[in-house]
Amino acid sequence: MQTTALYKTLGLALCAAFISACSSTGDVEEGTSEATATETQAEENTQTVDTAGVDGESLEAEAADAQAALLEQTVFYFDFDESSIKSEGKAALMAHAGYLAANPAAQVVLEGHADERGTVEYNLALGERRAMAVRRFLMANGASSSQLKVVSFGEERPAVMGSSEESYAKNRRVEVKYQSN
Amino acid sequence: MVKRSLILLFLLMTSAVHAELVIEVTQGKQSAIPVAVVPFSWQGSQPLPEDISGIITNDLASSGYFRTLPESNMISQPNNLSEVVYGDWANLRQDFVVIGSVELLPTGYAIQFHVLDVHQKMEILRHRVRGKASQLRDLAHYISDFIFEKITGVPGVFSTKLIYVTTNRERTRFNLNYADADGAREQLIYTSRDPVISPAWSPDGKKVAYVSFENGHSEIYFQELATGKRERVVAFEGSNSAPAFSPDGTKLAFVHSKLGNPDIYVMDLASRKIERMTNHYAIDTEPQWGVNGDSIYFTSSRAGGPQVYKLDTGNKAVTRVTYEGAYNARARLTADGRKLVYVHRSGDRFHIASQDLKSGLVHILTSETELDESPSVAPNGSMVIYAASEADRSILAAVSVDGDVKFRLPSKYGDVREPAWSPIFK
Repeated sequence: MQTTALYKTLGLALCAAFISACSSTGDVEEGTSEATATETQAEENTQTVDTAGVDGESLEAEAADAQAALLEQTVFYFDFDESSIKSEGKAALMAHAGYLAANPAAQVVLEGHADERGTVEYNLALGERRAMAVRRFLMANGASSSQLKVVSFGEERPAVMGSSEESYAKNRRVEVKYQSN
Repeated sequence: MVKRSLILLFLLMTSAVHAELVIEVTQGKQSAIPVAVVPFSWQGSQPLPEDISGIITNDLASSGYFRTLPESNMISQPNNLSEVVYGDWANLRQDFVVIGSVELLPTGYAIQFHVLDVHQKMEILRHRVRGKASQLRDLAHYISDFIFEKITGVPGVFSTKLIYVTTNRERTRFNLNYADADGAREQLIYTSRDPVISPAWSPDGKKVAYVSFENGHSEIYFQELATGKRERVVAFEGSNSAPAFSPDGTKLAFVHSKLGNPDIYVMDLASRKIERMTNHYAIDTEPQWGVNGDSIYFTSSRAGGPQVYKLDTGNKAVTRVTYEGAYNARARLTADGRKLVYVHRSGDRFHIASQDLKSGLVHILTSETELDESPSVAPNGSMVIYAASEADRSILAAVSVDGDVKFRLPSKYGDVREPAWSPIFK
């Protein structure tokens, strides 16, 4: 839950820095300061942002950090028997799409997975559907189809073992895996 | 008989591995037939390598169709017809008695057995079988098949085989195994660090098809059981899975998806020509042939959640077959084509259901097990073996198509999944 909140605020920060159409200027500043408030106090840049409300350079640095953080999210979760991307994953997927667009040599494998409920083959198809949904999202936001490979493992490679809703939720996922060239 | 034994004899890996599955009957028929299998006589100086009458007793008892009499309850233990006192068995409320003897031959063993009807006070079956020492277990199952068919009218499946996948907890090792239908004599036929799923038998029982991820994505392989020879058969870009041989063995139905749209395809195995059978944006998967080979049952999400549909392979017309509940998938047909067995979700539980294709009546067969999946029907249509979850582990369990008989095949190690019941070997 902590991480979700963090990504949300970081997402806002990114939104503020990159996408001017996101909201009015006043909202942006509010969002930025809120983001730093929820971030750990020990961070050195807490200080910077306070003074840098209008300092373009530090704002950009802050945004780059936020994007790096977003790129660290490489696992995206899905609901049971669903292959639509949840809204909480979209900011991070935008960041991946942006990175792929800026780095045409980068290649990723999108690994689709399902939880253990239901049949093996249907889950294989479901895992593929999920990976395809991520592929479409990345392509719509700047990634090229040649950078994206889709593979489904169905229910064969769970992230966690166990038959609780909690573990199922962690297994219904797409993993974005960057390939080393 | 000889042919069946040859198949076994030529199996690639003959190293004796301890059976990992142990059969446990959890529910038998109310109307189970009482039968006494008297220990077979043996004059040899050494004990027999296999307990023939013990195996037969286990076979009959584990089928759920019979209630076997414990040896300690027997008043007498005849080995010849002349020694049988029908009144003794009638007093023990037995319907049938099996007696027999094992004899050493220069080339192996001969087993003579008799099935006696206690009420009619007569012999109803007499037979003599021969085999090598290594085939004693097969001979015992063969005799069980004879007895089962004589008394129930349904062919026995004690001589059939299972293939199934075992994995370790970490899912870093996937084994494809071959074993007797009672779980005995397990042999490893393929092992990989990558997933192995969807094993399927060829109708002649000589090879299996399965999906392997050894090249980073799902591809379909054939493997001959006698030689271990593997062949990569379907390996298009994308996903290739769910192999199913047509009843005559000339075609293979499978699922292929290049960019997230799985559809059903059929390959003619002689020419390797491929025909696309479905073309729908929904998930189409898990093909299974109708008994005449002119239709294919499959799972599709075209109505939202997964449901079972039937495809006419001639005109490619599709009709929906399942309606009860929001999740019905992975259909398997009984050998007579009358019943469809599939995974059914009711509430948040997954169970095995059977549907009478004529009346449409749905019967949920399982209740004690959780997360039931991968049903496979015995070739005589009597039992369904399936994978289920028990205490966070995957085990095999079986239920009769009428729901009366239930047994489990727990494993001593890891998870057991994806069972496929062999055809009857001719």
